[in-house]
Amino acid sequence: MAAMGSGRGTMDSQNQVQSDNIDRLKLLYPNVNEDETPLPRSWSTKDKFSYIGLSQNNLRVHYKGHGKTHKDAASVRATHPIPAACGLYYFEVRIVSKGRDGYMGIGLSAHGVNMNRLPGWDKHSYGYHGDDGHSFCSSGTGQPYGPTFTTGDVIGCGVNLVDNTCFYTKNGHHLGIAFRGLPPNLYPTVGLQTPGEVVDANFGQQPFVFDIEDMLRELRARTRLAIDEFPLPDEQGQWQQVLHRMVSTYLVHHGYCSTAQAFSRATGEHIHEDITSIKNRQRISKLVMSGRIGEAIESTRRLYPGLLERDADLLFLLKCRQFVEMVNGTDSEMCGGGGGCLSHNGVATSVISHTSRAHSPVPPDTHHTHNGLHTNGVTDISEQKQNCDVDMTPEPVAPLNPCAAPTAPSTGAPNGAHDGSEPVKGMPGVTACVAALLSPRKFEGEGCRASVERMLAFGRELYAMSQKLSQDHYHKSMLEDAFSLLAYSNPWDSPLGWQLEPVRREAVCEALNSAILEFQGMQWVSPVEACVSHSRELLKRMARASLGACAFADLPDRATSNDRSGAPRSLVLRDPKSGGDAGSVAQVGHTDTFAVKAIHSYYWGRGSCVAQS
Amino acid sequence: MQHLTIFMDIESSRSYIDELYSSDVTKVLEALITLKNSVIGSNRQKSSVIQQGIVPRLLQLMSEQNWDPNIRLEATITIGSLAKGTSENVNALVEQGAAVALVEILKEVPIGTKLAEASLCALRSIFLNPPAPISALPAEMRLLSRLTQITREGSPTARACVVRILSIWCGGPIEQEALCAAGACNAIAALLAPKGTTPPPIARALPALDLLAAMCFENANVSQVALNTRYGDKTIPELLTLLVSRDKPLPVAMGAARCITFIHRAGALPADDSRVVFGALPCLARLCTKDMPEDIRATAAETLAYLAEVDTSLQRLAAISNHLMSSLADIVNCPSAAAKQGAFKCFASLGANDEDIRKRIIETHGLMVHVVNGMNNPEPSVRLAAVRCLHSLSRSVQQLRTTFQDHSVWRPLMQLLSESPGTELLTVGSSTLCNLLLEFSPAKEPMLDQGAVEMLCNLTKRPEAALRLNGIWALMNMAFQAEQKVKQRILCCLGTEQMFRLLGDSDTRVIMKTLGLLRNLLSTRQHIDAIMNEFSSQVMQAVIVVLEGSYPAEVKEQALCILGNIGDGEKAKDFIMANEDVLRKLVDYLAHPESKLQEAALFVAGNLVWKGEAGCAARQARLAELGVLRALKLLRQRPDAAHLHDKVKTALAQFNELT
Repeated sequence: MAAMGSGRGTMDSQNQVQSDNIDRLKLLYPNVNEDETPLPRSWSTKDKFSYIGLSQNNLRVHYKGHGKTHKDAASVRATHPIPAACGLYYFEVRIVSKGRDGYMGIGLSAHGVNMNRLPGWDKHSYGYHGDDGHSFCSSGTGQPYGPTFTTGDVIGCGVNLVDNTCFYTKNGHHLGIAFRGLPPNLYPTVGLQTPGEVVDANFGQQPFVFDIEDMLRELRARTRLAIDEFPLPDEQGQWQQVLHRMVSTYLVHHGYCSTAQAFSRATGEHIHEDITSIKNRQRISKLVMSGRIGEAIESTRRLYPGLLERDADLLFLLKCRQFVEMVNGTDSEMCGGGGGCLSHNGVATSVISHTSRAHSPVPPDTHHTHNGLHTNGVTDISEQKQNCDVDMTPEPVAPLNPCAAPTAPSTGAPNGAHDGSEPVKGMPGVTACVAALLSPRKFEGEGCRASVERMLAFGRELYAMSQKLSQDHYHKSMLEDAFSLLAYSNPWDSPLGWQLEPVRREAVCEALNSAILEFQGMQWVSPVEACVSHSRELLKRMARASLGACAFADLPDRATSNDRSGAPRSLVLRDPKSGGDAGSVAQVGHTDTFAVKAIHSYYWGRGSCVAQS
Repeated sequence: MQHLTIFMDIESSRSYIDELYSSDVTKVLEALITLKNSVIGSNRQKSSVIQQGIVPRLLQLMSEQNWDPNIRLEATITIGSLAKGTSENVNALVEQGAAVALVEILKEVPIGTKLAEASLCALRSIFLNPPAPISALPAEMRLLSRLTQITREGSPTARACVVRILSIWCGGPIEQEALCAAGACNAIAALLAPKGTTPPPIARALPALDLLAAMCFENANVSQVALNTRYGDKTIPELLTLLVSRDKPLPVAMGAARCITFIHRAGALPADDSRVVFGALPCLARLCTKDMPEDIRATAAETLAYLAEVDTSLQRLAAISNHLMSSLADIVNCPSAAAKQGAFKCFASLGANDEDIRKRIIETHGLMVHVVNGMNNPEPSVRLAAVRCLHSLSRSVQQLRTTFQDHSVWRPLMQLLSESPGTELLTVGSSTLCNLLLEFSPAKEPMLDQGAVEMLCNLTKRPEAALRLNGIWALMNMAFQAEQKVKQRILCCLGTEQMFRLLGDSDTRVIMKTLGLLRNLLSTRQHIDAIMNEFSSQVMQAVIVVLEGSYPAEVKEQALCILGNIGDGEKAKDFIMANEDVLRKLVDYLAHPESKLQEAALFVAGNLVWKGEAGCAARQARLAELGVLRALKLLRQRPDAAHLHDKVKTALAQFNELT
């Protein structure tokens, strides 16, 4: 999602209208990271010769020169070069009018190639010309290639970034390979030479005349075959064993204790960690996943003394999350005295629900119904889960929202900065909003006020803590995001509301779990995840090294990794709820071949089997 | 393990063979198993068992309905194993009735039993060895329904066997219709359908595609049924379209494209259908490319040849698809005969109608050398395909004058035609000769020296109408504006008897070309007089035969044109004037309702009355007397003959003394 957002940023505003429905280009080239390598989406208004005119969202090209000799030829390049991660790139050009002589060239050229020429005439320039049907491969003389083309024809140009070849199509018919051994980073290019010539481009925003999907499927199958057939020494090809170890270490890593034990019984795979130790980690993970960060911190201090003292960044991350959970009303610190709740029944209280008169927010998956109960919404989250050993799929915690119809939306009193002392002084960016939160609400009741104040106190503490840490952008923005929640009358519905989603706890949980493991001298990341990150990294490197095959090496879960924090998400395995049998083996057995090969290359340190294949 | 030890013991003594004939069930069974184990995997053992004459006993055991089912099963498996032996082994089995016996079992045994499966496997092995015993499997509806039921419900092995057997068996319209009626199309659709997103496995799809192709080949009715047969929400052509895509195994894509091709050629899918244009055609062009294995390329080229054989738009599309012509030029260089002939046939199809494509074939891809080499290939199929290709290219006037001459293509062609070739080669070869003998072809002279006239005259005596036509057609072309000695030679060689025989030919086209030959012979004044001097009676007789006989108008028109030519001669005119019958006919034809006959008759009359030539006054008087003048006047008044008015006027103007 992030990539898509920024991809749009690079487009001119008119094009945006078209791609708002579905971005067909994203579907065609799913492995392209547009933050790094944006896709060509229109002709460039700058990278063109003066005889070229553009219109219709910079997709239509017309000739406006004299068109007397070949010296009047003019070309235009697309806004961006073709990213290697497309694997197979394709665009089509419809000849709207052949003009006087139909001297039109369609093709590719590198950055900086002279635009006062037709594509194909110069070095690093390639074209197929309409008047004679010849192909021009960096040369003034063409080779017989295909039929001529004229008004009404649709000419397609495809670049195979695996083989570095280029082919053309005419009205949906493949004309065969025109060029081989293409250099990387070529731009789609068209050139015109006589008055009246007009062509329209389709960079994929519209369906193509040619069936490009068919070729994509072929390349995908070919890449898969290449991976499957990549030879391995016999002693390294024992997948069953490797997979068992993968599964086992994964289960242990995430503290799925009973499942790990069951799996161990079924497969004989040895567990290298003490069961009590796994259970301890599991308990802490559960606290984090249910939003009870304060308790998690306490437990960590008790079980692993010295860990948080040593790792200030981690503590800060936890505290930040704790602050967010306070807003959420899930952190136990909000319900009783500073040291945590008396019972372990976390009493969830949303501070904001007291103070804000929420304007019917729409939280996802609300399944706690409160029948319009106004108030100290109290819900017991942990009770239900008490007996479930392994369940850590976070229950969507419904933010407790009184549904009482608001008589008037909160006006917020934006200028209340003078009220109170100066508790928030020096907290950049949030001064106003916290103050706003504080000031006009005295009538709301003491308990509430107390919790708000506690929250602010906590905020100040957090801010002070951040000042001591190295001032990096990451910490700063995390803190700002958290504090900003207070600025909204309904934080769940705000632009920063994503912080409140339970799924955000996963990253924190993973960070804490990793730190504990490292603290105990164990691997801080599970081999499966290491392996997937490794593969993902390989794909990125392939893309940078212009190895187009990276487009067709699919990793599982690629689509779901939309985590903003960038922290690795647990992937292949969701924990089996049954907690009993070793059903997950089968699941791993179905994971993508690529992942398995990557697992292999990780295990035997063979760098990049993919890059070679 | 126990059997193995028995086998070891008995192998030396061979007494187990005798046990086969025992009446003790246990002994027979043991002996059978021993025998089975001894023949599996050993061609030597198979041959030995067959030579010892054990097959009849095995067939007997196999067919014995009342015996232990295990005995029947083991006997069938043993036959199946023998059928996997050498070609001679299989032929011996068929001679001894194995195929018929197996079919009998299939008629009677319940579907899904091991025995049914074993007999299907054995029958498949037998059918895979050409020539397959087609007649062993009668086209009975009950049997076929049973077999198609197996293709729907049987085990994967049984299905694959049945479909393979039927695909070999289905070789003509009777088999095609019978299978279609037995519901084979539905069964095929089920075999070709994907399960969810998974395409059908190759072992299931391939035989089904072969069977479908065999059923649809040149059969409009079956193709139409296939077109409308559905599995789930997809018709057979839609299922085929899924299979021609690039991610499918090559043989599957090939098979699917072939089916679409056959359905199209049988007339069920038009040439502009997207499944033909964007399904089969690009797939076949892709399968011809250099990266493909040779056998696939060979089949693809041949199938593409068939796909594009008659439709010009498909020929033009194919010609620009995926560098097809370069691919074909490369396939011509492949070692296998199948590849060479596929490529030649495909070139022949591509160049069939479009002059521009022909030009590209010859100029860009330097094909002539290969064609000439192909005509000298030891493999008859390659020679035939090369001649087909040459025939297609010989439609180009430009090529006849240049490239063909440069490569003296006539030489190997004449060579081929004089070596008592098969009918098919002779037909295509003589058609090519027809083109080469066109007036402007420089190849004409050397070909005459090679005895072309004699060969062509012999062709006109062939029982095959196509060959007679080509022969006389070539002679006609040869006579066109030829020198007199050539004409004399043709006339002498053909002989007037043969000419009369040809005028009575059952094929109108032969008669037309024979008259055409006469016309060409009788052109230019000197030739007319010379030839008429020698052959006047025969020629006049020929014309009268045609004019009096019940021939179609276009034939009579030719005869009148011959008269016209004769009328152009100096002395030859007299032969007409002397024949009152002919002159009376002329009057009739001037009043004939058929416009082209009026015109031809007018042409004759015009030549006869032409003034300024010796004796013209006498001829005019004679013609006027016979009513020609009146007929001409009447013709001038006919509104439906308006287009002839100028000519009529010219003719009338000749009669100045008499008008």
